[in-house]
Amino acid sequence: MKTGQWLMAGAIATILLAPGCKPKGAQSALSGDAASKVYVAPGQYDEFYNIVSGGFNGQISVVGLPSGRVLKIVPVFSVHPENGWGFSEESKPMLNTSHGFIPWDDLHHIAISTTNAEHDGRWAFANANNTPRIAKIDLTTFKTTEIIEIPNSGGNHSSPFITENTEYIVAGTRFSLPTGDNVDVPIATYKENFKGTISFISVDQEHGNMDIAFQLDAPPFNFDLARAGKKKSHGWFFFSTYNTEMAHTLLEVNASQKDKDFIMAVNWKKAEEYIKAGKGKKIKSPYVHNVWDEDTHTAISTVREDILSLDPRELKDIVYFIPCPKSPHGTDTDPTGEYIIGSGKLAAIIPVFSFTKMLKAIEDKNFEGNIDGMPVLNYEAVLHGEVLKPGLGPLHTEFDGKGNAYTSMFVSSEIVKWNIETLEVLDRVPTFYSVGHLMIPGGPTGKPHGKYMVAYNKITKDRYLPTGPELAHSAQLFDISGDKMQLLLDFPTIGEPHYAEAFPAALIKDKQVKFYKMEKNNHPRALKGINDARVERDGNKVHVYMTSIRSNFRPDNIEGVRVGDEVYFHVTNLEQDWDVPHGFAIKGANTAELLIMPGETATLKWVPDRVGIFPFYCTDFCSALHQEMQGYLRVSPKGSNNPITFSTGVAE
Amino acid sequence: MEKLSLLNRLLVLTASCLMVAAYFTPLWQISLWAPQYPEGLNMKIWIDRLSGDVTIINGVNHYIGMKHIGDEMFPEFQYIIYIIGSIIVFGFLTALIAKRWALYTFFGMVGLLGIGVLVDMYLWGYDYGHNLDPTAAIKVPGMSYQPPLIGYKELLNFLAYSGPDTGGWILGGAATLVVLAIIIDFRNKSKLKNTLP
Repeated sequence: MKTGQWLMAGAIATILLAPGCKPKGAQSALSGDAASKVYVAPGQYDEFYNIVSGGFNGQISVVGLPSGRVLKIVPVFSVHPENGWGFSEESKPMLNTSHGFIPWDDLHHIAISTTNAEHDGRWAFANANNTPRIAKIDLTTFKTTEIIEIPNSGGNHSSPFITENTEYIVAGTRFSLPTGDNVDVPIATYKENFKGTISFISVDQEHGNMDIAFQLDAPPFNFDLARAGKKKSHGWFFFSTYNTEMAHTLLEVNASQKDKDFIMAVNWKKAEEYIKAGKGKKIKSPYVHNVWDEDTHTAISTVREDILSLDPRELKDIVYFIPCPKSPHGTDTDPTGEYIIGSGKLAAIIPVFSFTKMLKAIEDKNFEGNIDGMPVLNYEAVLHGEVLKPGLGPLHTEFDGKGNAYTSMFVSSEIVKWNIETLEVLDRVPTFYSVGHLMIPGGPTGKPHGKYMVAYNKITKDRYLPTGPELAHSAQLFDISGDKMQLLLDFPTIGEPHYAEAFPAALIKDKQVKFYKMEKNNHPRALKGINDARVERDGNKVHVYMTSIRSNFRPDNIEGVRVGDEVYFHVTNLEQDWDVPHGFAIKGANTAELLIMPGETATLKWVPDRVGIFPFYCTDFCSALHQEMQGYLRVSPKGSNNPITFSTGVAE
Repeated sequence: MEKLSLLNRLLVLTASCLMVAAYFTPLWQISLWAPQYPEGLNMKIWIDRLSGDVTIINGVNHYIGMKHIGDEMFPEFQYIIYIIGSIIVFGFLTALIAKRWALYTFFGMVGLLGIGVLVDMYLWGYDYGHNLDPTAAIKVPGMSYQPPLIGYKELLNFLAYSGPDTGGWILGGAATLVVLAIIIDFRNKSKLKNTLP
């Protein structure tokens, strides 16, 4: 053959072989029995509850593991027309802030309550990133029962991490801000006027009620994530920081200049001592505190005026800085509490610090400098060792309780398993694509259940049937019980999951509330039976006291309402059985429906804007005669003299 | 021989003691299962009241026009405590005086109680199952909903069960002891006849 022909043949061979040169996909990572490991047979239950943050949807989703099935969406910081959260008169105060009612937020992280560094499943806590708040979700009702606003904070990202007996939840500000009276300052005076606050929120052990115990006045860094010490390091808290350059513009470049930022170690027991000694300063910082009452089925929003501020520059031994390369994102403590791992997202290594060495360095005053008088510890003195060549873009680390750590790598899109003692990389698996947080059931606690691991990915692309430009975020479930991580399942998620936690289902499964007891319903406008159903006019306000029970509303014929009246439907669901909610909606109401659980009372406000007959009906298919569960309301012109009448007729 | 044997006196005493349990345990139960109620609905009938999922059963049954079950539906709750109480007192007396006529009277009382209760329950069940509200939402031609007296029965989408509960079983046991006493008494009498021709 001539040279030209050889070249042609070579070209054809290259084209034919080309698909074989593509990198191998997930298919090759799957082994034969993966399906049976995630199959939960009909009527069977998942082994773990996975409480997953919804990110920009402001909700949390409850997912069963290993099936990956979504069990429930719990509205937290965002309105939820589906069940009237943020629309009913009772739930509106839950979304109140010092800025007024806010219908949305960005929910990033979950903290499940713990006792002795183990999940106890009493409550889940979640953060609002945009307008800083922390919410508490009751895990017997899967309902948000408390929201507390965090003053002097901007971007509540370093939150809500939790101490081993749920003593405190923390809220570190991502965006430092000027605080106090002097807030109208040039942005260029960042270094002088901005502060980074760290709030410690105490938790009442009986009811879970939250209170801001104190706020640390820290340097104006960006506080990213945090983790409490546990067991031997109980009493300490570790916060990752970036932008220790203290830049205020083009952070992408200006906050990425230093080789090392810090993990800020906080001795909160010491802070408690100072508070006892009266060293805190009360600072005026109004914030809002909202509590849901399960007996009145109503939220109450109150304003608190000030917080207790501690200045670690003056109050020595509360704050120490551990140098950590480079712009650390996650900081995590291992199940023994001895090791603190900093995941420098721009670093080529993963540093592992030793708590014992940290205490020794403090004792020996082995400092390499200070920040406004707060010691910076010597890096080498605190270092246990570095994980070499772990991958690119380490973000977060979880643990399996068998001496291994698992670190998510955003840039190289993989999870790397390594030994905490020897720092040796043991295994790595690809994720699809660009994993953010990862989660092992019990992973952040002293007792991880090292069976499964979930990767919550930031990029989805081609993982599922395409749905236009906007895609569901992807997650992957891995079996980590063996030496090698094994991909089991790929599933789409709700919203944009960031952090999640999981715990054994047995912890709360049998504690679930099935309905609210009628005799405990203390809603001021509740009805205990059908005989009290009525309509009352009070000026231009009309109160409809309504009952719903399969399959009727009482009253269901209402007349005498006028255009412009404020009509309040106070609907009590009289059912006392599991899974019999009733809904309520009326034509033209510019709110959402009510979805009322058995034994609950909820209120929908409606201002009729025109004359006519307005039907209302039950929106939850409750029974065989659900389609008959309806009523009519007549609206007459403004100034009409029609008296209020109402009825639920007898059979015709 | 007009006197009862020691064994029979003990049997009657034990039976009377057992019957006291009727005041502290449910006597009868009615259970219902449906596709929507895999866990079942259970109603317990006590000596003077009802308990269990009565409200839910009423909620379900109103669609087919069945009456609202409640304590007020059963006038028996007002007096049955006295009837059973009298029988128990008579049982203790029988053990004390140890007369044969007393044993047979006691047997008769227990037997009549049992039959009376079953007949009463049947009549109630017939009325409850047949006497339906004519304006009921669901009317199935020819269908009635009389619950089973004892055992299982399918009623539309429900499987119904009716049977004794703890107290009912104990009362049954007490009645068996009385029957045993009667049999023993009969044997003693025939032995006596054989020895004294």
